[in-house]
Amino acid sequence: MSENRPLVDVRDLKEYFPVKSGMLNKMVLKAVDGVSFTIDKGETLGLVGESGCGKTTVGRTLLHLYKPTSGEVYFDGKLVTDKNIGEFRKDMQIVFQDPYSSLNPRMTVSDIIGEPLDIHHLYHNKKERAERIAELLTLVGLNSEHATRYAHEFSGGQRQRIGIARALAVNPRFIVCDEPVSALDVSIQAQIVNTFEELQQKLGIAYLFIAHDLLVVQHMSRRIAVMYLGKIVEIGSASDIINHPVHPYSQSLISAIPMPDPETARHKHRIILEGDVPSPLRMPKGCPFRTRCRFATEQCAQSCPSLTDRGNGRQVACHNM
Amino acid sequence: MSEFDPNKAPVKRPFSLQLDLSKFEPATDAEKAQHETTRESTTFFRDGMRKLFKNPLAVGSMIVLVVILVTIIVAPMIVPYTYSGMITVNGKRDKTAKNLAPFTYSKMEQEAIDSGEKVFPHIFGTDELCRDYFIRVIYGARVSLSVGFFASLIVLIIGLLYGSIAGYAGGRTDLVMMRIVDVIYSLPDTLMVILLSVVLDQVLGQSLQGTALASIGTNMLSMFAVFGLLYWVGMARLVRGQILTIKNNEYVLAARAMGAKPSRIIRKHILPNCMSVIIISTALQIPSAIFTESFLSFIGLGVQAPMPSLGSLANAARQALQAYPYKLVFPAVGICLIVLSFNLLGDGLRDAFDPKLRK
Repeated sequence: MSENRPLVDVRDLKEYFPVKSGMLNKMVLKAVDGVSFTIDKGETLGLVGESGCGKTTVGRTLLHLYKPTSGEVYFDGKLVTDKNIGEFRKDMQIVFQDPYSSLNPRMTVSDIIGEPLDIHHLYHNKKERAERIAELLTLVGLNSEHATRYAHEFSGGQRQRIGIARALAVNPRFIVCDEPVSALDVSIQAQIVNTFEELQQKLGIAYLFIAHDLLVVQHMSRRIAVMYLGKIVEIGSASDIINHPVHPYSQSLISAIPMPDPETARHKHRIILEGDVPSPLRMPKGCPFRTRCRFATEQCAQSCPSLTDRGNGRQVACHNM
Repeated sequence: MSEFDPNKAPVKRPFSLQLDLSKFEPATDAEKAQHETTRESTTFFRDGMRKLFKNPLAVGSMIVLVVILVTIIVAPMIVPYTYSGMITVNGKRDKTAKNLAPFTYSKMEQEAIDSGEKVFPHIFGTDELCRDYFIRVIYGARVSLSVGFFASLIVLIIGLLYGSIAGYAGGRTDLVMMRIVDVIYSLPDTLMVILLSVVLDQVLGQSLQGTALASIGTNMLSMFAVFGLLYWVGMARLVRGQILTIKNNEYVLAARAMGAKPSRIIRKHILPNCMSVIIISTALQIPSAIFTESFLSFIGLGVQAPMPSLGSLANAARQALQAYPYKLVFPAVGICLIVLSFNLLGDGLRDAFDPKLRK
């Protein structure tokens, strides 16, 4: 049975942030509101959604960088809690969105990459440490002579590679990639995405790939989860989601993908959503998407649809579709 | 159409926007080689020091400070007089050497010189108790500078610890700790300094008798304590603010994701990044401590009687201002030079190290 056990199993994860407005008026921002998914060994799950829908918070709460309000995360069958998170730090890593603020400007590259090695005592002597750092730099496509330089001497793409090398230093089995390419220009994006794929093939790492660029996610992932206002509205295999989205939000999101071929683009029907995203402080009752949904009915205002199985591993949270 | 020759520049038409290639020349091998050599890796610290040494005011004040430091270390070894003893000639107390002007000699000394002996000149003259004034000013500068250094050190240590704990812990801890700071900040500091130095002087005086610390003088110790108790709040606020900003950087989150303990995060990630601001504010703290010490000595609450300080010397000189004005000038110029140099050096440090002021 252990072979079929997912590597990461997230169950009903919730992350609420208290927000003060006024003197005594305390409100709760539901950044992540009951998210469940699983990721198998060596698999990539893409997580898409518009800005502010809680993608990043899912990634960070998953790693207990934020204390989850409720819900459970199982890693390799073991429950991850605040107390035992230390054991899992070696297996779960994160690559950040902003390659500029995610590297300490006062540390050399070898110190940045060597820090996880220092923390987990992964070497016996200085020479071993230097060798491992050189090995990691080569692995992510950097020159091992760069180790003595400071992070500000590198370009965005190179810095992102340093961030990846740091995440890889502890030989993790799972990496949260928090929009790792959105701060980079397109040519560098391709390089970084390819680096991620090569590493997956070589080392068998599982990814939670967070992005808002659907094409990148489609390219990277086997399965995709679509998020809207802190909830997963649809989850399924990448080709299903891209070619036949079911949830009205996924449909509009997919229809917004720019087409490289103008001939195909001309025949495409673009679904433009009306209205703004409701404030996560004042969530609409019932289905969070109903205020912008073309198919909204009475039922949508009454109750929030839960994810239901639609066969072929796809789950959709919608009353109507 | 002639064939394209890559080495020949095309003719430029009068109104075309095309670049005039004839104005360019190919790079020489030396120039190409220059581009290939990679820039030497420079650290933030080295870069800052380079900028600091380009600032003439900062360099000038550093030179002044070094000269003062060397003088106050070396001068007591050369000058044969002591700050507390009367001038003696051939083992006899020289009561005629009272209130001498600079580079003049008393009657007894003149007689000794006439009989072929050598007498060290009184560079700044003497005071009303027949003591060499130069050595007193030198010792006064020693006292003032050491009070400045140690007080700033105490302020730095307390402020750094307190501020980093409040900033890093955040939440309720931060709230309580910073309200305490606000309370101390709102006390009238001059009044508190006077009250504390009076009270501490008596309390410390009894408990210190017979210990090694007694030789430093209870006044001096109580002054350190006063600085430690009152002036750390500014430093604590500064450090806390810095830490709050730096804490939100993603590299701190990355360190947490790696499993780094809070102490390691503070030591390796947060403190190095706010160090420049802390160093600058410490450098600016020194002159303010010297100033407060001089002020306290001036009103008679500073160091104990035979031990001079620049402030107490100025106060003593005030009483005979019309007769011997030079006695006020020397310590006053001393205070000015030291305070001004530290202020200019602090400004230079800020310009060189503050990331917000960098070009």
